[in-house]
Amino acid sequence: MAATTIAAPGDDDPDENDPSALPKEAAEIFRRMNPAVFDDPLITDEDGFFRRRDLTGFGEKKKDMPEGLWHKCPSCSGVIHEFDLTENLRVCNRCGYHYTMSSEQRIELIADEGSFAPMDEHLKTVDALNFKSYVDKVEKYQKRTGLHEAVVTGRATIARHPVTLSVMDFRFLGASMGSVVGEKITRAIEVATAERRGAIIFSASGGARMHEGILSLMQMAKTSGALARHGEAGLPYISVLTHPTTGGVTASFATLGDVIIAEPRCMIGFAGPRVVKETTHQDLPEGFQTAEFMLQHGLVDRIVERKDMRCELVDLLHYMMPDPAPAVEEHDTAAAKA
Amino acid sequence: MPVTPESESTAATLPAEPSAWERVQLARNTARPYMLDYIDKAFTNFVELHGDRHIGDDRSMPGGFAQIGDFKCVVIGHQKGRDTKENLLRNFGSAHPEGYRKALRLMRMGERFNRPIVALIDTPGAFPGIGSEQRNIAEAIAFNLREMMLIKVPIIAVVIGEGGSGGALGIGVANSVMMMENAYYSVISPEGCAAILWKHRKHAPEAAEAMRLTAKDLRNLGIVDHVIPEPEGGAHTDVIASASNLKDAVLSDLKKFSKMSTDELLDQRYGKFRSTGEFLESQV
Repeated sequence: MAATTIAAPGDDDPDENDPSALPKEAAEIFRRMNPAVFDDPLITDEDGFFRRRDLTGFGEKKKDMPEGLWHKCPSCSGVIHEFDLTENLRVCNRCGYHYTMSSEQRIELIADEGSFAPMDEHLKTVDALNFKSYVDKVEKYQKRTGLHEAVVTGRATIARHPVTLSVMDFRFLGASMGSVVGEKITRAIEVATAERRGAIIFSASGGARMHEGILSLMQMAKTSGALARHGEAGLPYISVLTHPTTGGVTASFATLGDVIIAEPRCMIGFAGPRVVKETTHQDLPEGFQTAEFMLQHGLVDRIVERKDMRCELVDLLHYMMPDPAPAVEEHDTAAAKA
Repeated sequence: MPVTPESESTAATLPAEPSAWERVQLARNTARPYMLDYIDKAFTNFVELHGDRHIGDDRSMPGGFAQIGDFKCVVIGHQKGRDTKENLLRNFGSAHPEGYRKALRLMRMGERFNRPIVALIDTPGAFPGIGSEQRNIAEAIAFNLREMMLIKVPIIAVVIGEGGSGGALGIGVANSVMMMENAYYSVISPEGCAAILWKHRKHAPEAAEAMRLTAKDLRNLGIVDHVIPEPEGGAHTDVIASASNLKDAVLSDLKKFSKMSTDELLDQRYGKFRSTGEFLESQV
């Protein structure tokens, strides 16, 4: 391998380390391991590449339909009206493609009616590293989505089981994880531990938020640490993976669920498929990094359609929540006496 | 952690100091001491232990028992190679899931036999390949993040070269996180950041500066506890001196943390990572 030396001015592009000077095998390895291939395992790209993958489903991005009332399914190309799409939980009625869903709709779908009480809405993102146009970007997404950050957290009940619910919203900067996202999720887990609630997290993320540099990386350890304590307390954590879950979020809380559920055909991975392809120079296996692929390789427990998600969570909480449910006990005692 | 407005520009560098990008080059210099060089020079009686007990032995993540000063400990870390043959063996210091699982197995052994753990970090990143994804590299890292938070012996992590993102953090949840002076630790490579935000990799030097990835910057951000000095010109100019500096720093922290009770150790480690992140908390 060409020795990496201290760069002289103008000699700073690793592309210029010439692999052709090496033996063929070594050149191949060099190409594989060129730092560029590590570009984005943990990173979102709010400007592009996930959007280029079929994420046309969300909101106002789709411009070729009048007034945003009609959507063309990215999977089967079928045309579906906004009204029908909403009625059908944002799932294509022809092929079952799951469109990205807003956190608000998701909570409505999952929590007992009126039970959701949001937490920590006052946490505000700051530009800790003084990073290129970060503040503008955050403000732009706040305006566009009406959200203050990429995750909504709160207390809720699901069939009367007390939980904290954290729902990431991909519309906000690719739901990348910065300090606020990490803090809100950590607090939601800690509240769940303290109040003996189940923790449920709906993940969807491009990964760590590079504008916050190392601070975003540390959120991985922070959230995972909170889950360690939650688990020690004997309380359940259910992780639900939605399209797409990648990078630093996959490499922290998303894959730590006692039970991991995925929505059909969602993309789940550590590195993006482009990075894997460029690293290995191999064709990717059929269905690589889809929920179905993950199930087949034993990496998720179940694939659950959106319409069944609430029932599924109810079933799981029924088994996983600590037992004493006072109302039931009283009833039993009364029945025994009678 | 509530934000302090002065966190910017605390890293004003003296003219003689290398730029962030120059430090990245120093951290990647193949003449630089690697994990096994430090084991050789700063530790004694290394007994390497192999395998994750499931699928294989990841040679990019050696580990085992070793002694440093009076401390018997478990050492794990990333190992790079200097030539093609070594790099084929070491996969350029990029570990597969089995590497992270082996590391956890050894750390748990340290816990069982009450031996502190020293992790030497030097990786461009965890390996992003097909097999790596199939064997769930993300989970291997996540699992370590969670389990390391519960390990009942002191953990000391030192970034000796490249601290590449999740691949580095996957063995980096420690009571004390130190960095060699010219090491870097970052959520993404400067080239990767430049490619995305500046639209071209040639802007990597600017990205390196913006990302605040040097030891000194990270010390100022409160992420790194100590910066271990290197000889002038970089660690490779005097490996013995670099190893001696690393040894002094590790021993000093081992002494400090070995006096703590288990609860104190766990709370200190949790609190250290719990307090990371900067945001404003306005009253509603």
